Amino acid sequence: MSVLEVRGLSVDYGTLRAVHDVDLTLERGEVLGLAGESGSGKSTLAYAMTRLLPPPGVIRSGTVRYKGFDLLSLAPEQLRTLRWNDIAIVFQGAMNALNPVASVATQLLDVFRAHRPSMPRAARLARCRELLHLVGISPDRLDSYPHQLSGGMRQRVMIAMALALEPEIVIMDEPTTALDVVMQRQILEQMMELRAALGFSVVFITHDISLLVEFSDRIAIMYSGRVVEEAPAQSLYRAARHPYATGLLGSFPALRGPRRPLRGIPGSPPDLRHVPSGCPFHPRCASAMDVCTARTPVLAPVDQHRSVACWLEHENRGAT
Amino acid sequence: MRFLLRRTVFYLVTAWAAITVNFLLPRLLPGDPVQAMITRFQGRLSGDAVQSLYVLFGLDQNTSVLEQYLSYWGNLLTGDLGLSFTFFPTPVSEVLGQSMPWTLGLMGVTTVISFGLGTVIGVYAGWRRGTWVDALVPVTTFFSAIPYFWLGLIAIAVFAVNWQVFPAAGGYPAGMEPGFSGEFAGAVLYHAVLPAVTIVVSSVAGWILGMRNMMVTVSAEDYVLVAHAKGLSQRRVMISYAARNAILPSVSGFALSLGFVVGGTLLVEMVFSYPGIGYVLFQGVNAKDYPLMQGVFLVVTLAVLVANLLADVGYLLLDPRTRREAW
Amino acid sequence: MNAKTRAGLALLGFFGLIAVVGPWIAPYDPSAMGPDLLQPPSGAHWFGTTMTGQDVFSQVLVGTRGVLVVGLVAGVLATVLSIVIGVSAGFLGGAADELLSALSNIFLVVPALPLIIIVASFLPDSGDLLIAVVISLTAWAWGARVLRAQTLSLRNRDYVLAARATGERTWRLIVFEVLPNLTAVIASGFVGTVIFAVLLEITLSFIGVASISNWNWGTVLFWAQSNQALSQGAWWWFVPAGLCIAFLGTALALVNFGIDEYANPRLRSAGRGKVGFTPVERS
Repeated sequence: MSVLEVRGLSVDYGTLRAVHDVDLTLERGEVLGLAGESGSGKSTLAYAMTRLLPPPGVIRSGTVRYKGFDLLSLAPEQLRTLRWNDIAIVFQGAMNALNPVASVATQLLDVFRAHRPSMPRAARLARCRELLHLVGISPDRLDSYPHQLSGGMRQRVMIAMALALEPEIVIMDEPTTALDVVMQRQILEQMMELRAALGFSVVFITHDISLLVEFSDRIAIMYSGRVVEEAPAQSLYRAARHPYATGLLGSFPALRGPRRPLRGIPGSPPDLRHVPSGCPFHPRCASAMDVCTARTPVLAPVDQHRSVACWLEHENRGAT
Repeated sequence: MRFLLRRTVFYLVTAWAAITVNFLLPRLLPGDPVQAMITRFQGRLSGDAVQSLYVLFGLDQNTSVLEQYLSYWGNLLTGDLGLSFTFFPTPVSEVLGQSMPWTLGLMGVTTVISFGLGTVIGVYAGWRRGTWVDALVPVTTFFSAIPYFWLGLIAIAVFAVNWQVFPAAGGYPAGMEPGFSGEFAGAVLYHAVLPAVTIVVSSVAGWILGMRNMMVTVSAEDYVLVAHAKGLSQRRVMISYAARNAILPSVSGFALSLGFVVGGTLLVEMVFSYPGIGYVLFQGVNAKDYPLMQGVFLVVTLAVLVANLLADVGYLLLDPRTRREAW
Repeated sequence: MNAKTRAGLALLGFFGLIAVVGPWIAPYDPSAMGPDLLQPPSGAHWFGTTMTGQDVFSQVLVGTRGVLVVGLVAGVLATVLSIVIGVSAGFLGGAADELLSALSNIFLVVPALPLIIIVASFLPDSGDLLIAVVISLTAWAWGARVLRAQTLSLRNRDYVLAARATGERTWRLIVFEVLPNLTAVIASGFVGTVIFAVLLEITLSFIGVASISNWNWGTVLFWAQSNQALSQGAWWWFVPAGLCIAFLGTALALVNFGIDEYANPRLRSAGRGKVGFTPVERS
């Protein structure tokens, strides 16, 4: 059963299209990985879903279905109540995500103040302590200010904050990028334990494919504002079908499983100002054909669990 | 605490520098005009008074500069700033003592109003950027470019000469005896309206622009986005997350703007013949009353330093990261 | 370049033109007394006349040059001072930095107006250039402070470190590697200083500290004030000069906005709608 359904979402930055007619489904309890180089639109997509994209971002089309609502059609006040209650976000770069002049307690309590106005103060404080305990931080850190915490601790505080209202969905945007490898793993493993215990769904955004493969159930790969392949993590890792997905997976060393030779992708990441005609990946693609320069392939299922947007696949299946 | 200690030491050094500059200026620049002034008042000056003026301006050729410097400090510490030529034979310290409360009152009240008003408007303008509120920017820019004294002149022309709703000059009616009566207080307030409004209108624009730009900059910070994502009310995000951070540079910049504000206030007093330090300075300039001008400079500088220290305390209370320097 | 900056540059160009040709196109000698005493604006005297029958329009035209010259000279001197002190402080670091920073902070805190009044009244001759020099001595500190901070952050960038490692001389490093990256900051500081200098010069002329024999807008206001133009209802005597000051100041400030927006992209990106709620505009 799906908790979040994105259909036909397009986002513009001024005159540039950053996200192109994207369809995406988040199933209950799953971890959906979003992968792609910087500029591929993965963060834009995630922020647009909750209408948090800063100016000059504008949503041009699409729906985001959640519990029977379309998030894109809600009045600001309705959307505000839904935020954090149902969809929480763990932001990238924990350094700046916390208000530097407010204590950890204030920032946690703010959430209850906004969403649980009738909750007594003592209960709110008790809940804050419980949350910090949950992510492995001593509750006496409540009175600390962000600059008094280490990077890892700040990220844990963010996670505790995200879980404060027991949301249905947690979006994690590069949650561990600023941290060292050991800390990354610790925090992600903890997050997955919490997910198992609390049962929320996760949209996990990172450019680190090896982390993604390890922690996601399903992965959608984005290129130039489009989803080019979507499949269960393990089968994608074993055999990607889109040439870009193959290249992306080949450019990272595997943390577990058999060793594979490392390859990169020739050429440079997509530039929104000069999107090639047809399939945007064709200038960098080794298998490009004539049709690729002329027409853009759409994302279509190739088997029960996998969708690919590539003319190679369409030909294999005899479609045009 | 280390922060405040450092600042205090800095202000002490600055005070010392200002006093020393005050001591050196008449000695570096030609001293003839002072000598001429003293000669003019020769018959009416007591020996002590002449001596203290000699010390003040370094006219005594028989003593070394170091000796002069020491006796200069000696005079300062006993509150002896020489005699005023303009208000002869009143000592400068007494003239300043009488005019200081007027300036402090006018400036204190207008600065608080202007800072408060400018901050509130600036917060709103920055928050609602991209709407009609942006039209405020060119208007406030124009107002901040108008010299204080000229706006004062216009205010007098319109509200004192043309419409005669407010008095054109003075701090209280000419015939009234100053005292702690309700009547006197009312008259003082009535006389202060026009100068105060002039100062507020001239200075508020700077605070608005500065605060607006900081709000725009801060609104793009991650923690503001997080506050939105948390579903906090717009008010809460605007005040506790955006404005709360945007005000920090405003407070640390307060010290630096104070010089402007002081200069502006002095000018408005000149225009309105308000009985404060500025008007005293104006009279001193016209009469080439050097002891008075130097006294004004010293008192104003020391007052600014004290105000700076207060702003630092405010900053300390507002920013938990005290290790981050206010400079 | 946006509309605001263009408007600022256009206004500035207009005043620059007046500064050059003002004395030639002025219909009267600004100091010459005439038979029409205290006349309101008319075809013969666009801005009216003074108590002694001088033409206010000519005074404003002729006075433009003095204002701009003092503003520019003070601006250039103060900017050079701020570059020398600010960049050296930031680049050298250590005790030199401590000393130079303390010096600029002292100059920032001490109120400029009373200090300049004292200095100017001790000077035997207070002509335009001397006033410009005195103003620049009190106006450099803000720029120096900003430049020091910028230099500090530039000093440890890779390309400067690389140049340093190859044994470049310090002054070459500063001139060729650091300064070009400070252009926007320097330009903005320069424009800010010109605003400051213009206001200060006019103020000094108005209170009669600077020489009143040179015409500038402040001198016009000085004579208007000392002849009680206000109580006689001679608004034309002080309104034009004051408006000129305000428009010149606005022009400079608008140019500075342009520079600021260039240097700080966050100010530039025009935002629509509420922050925190991305607009949905279906086409």
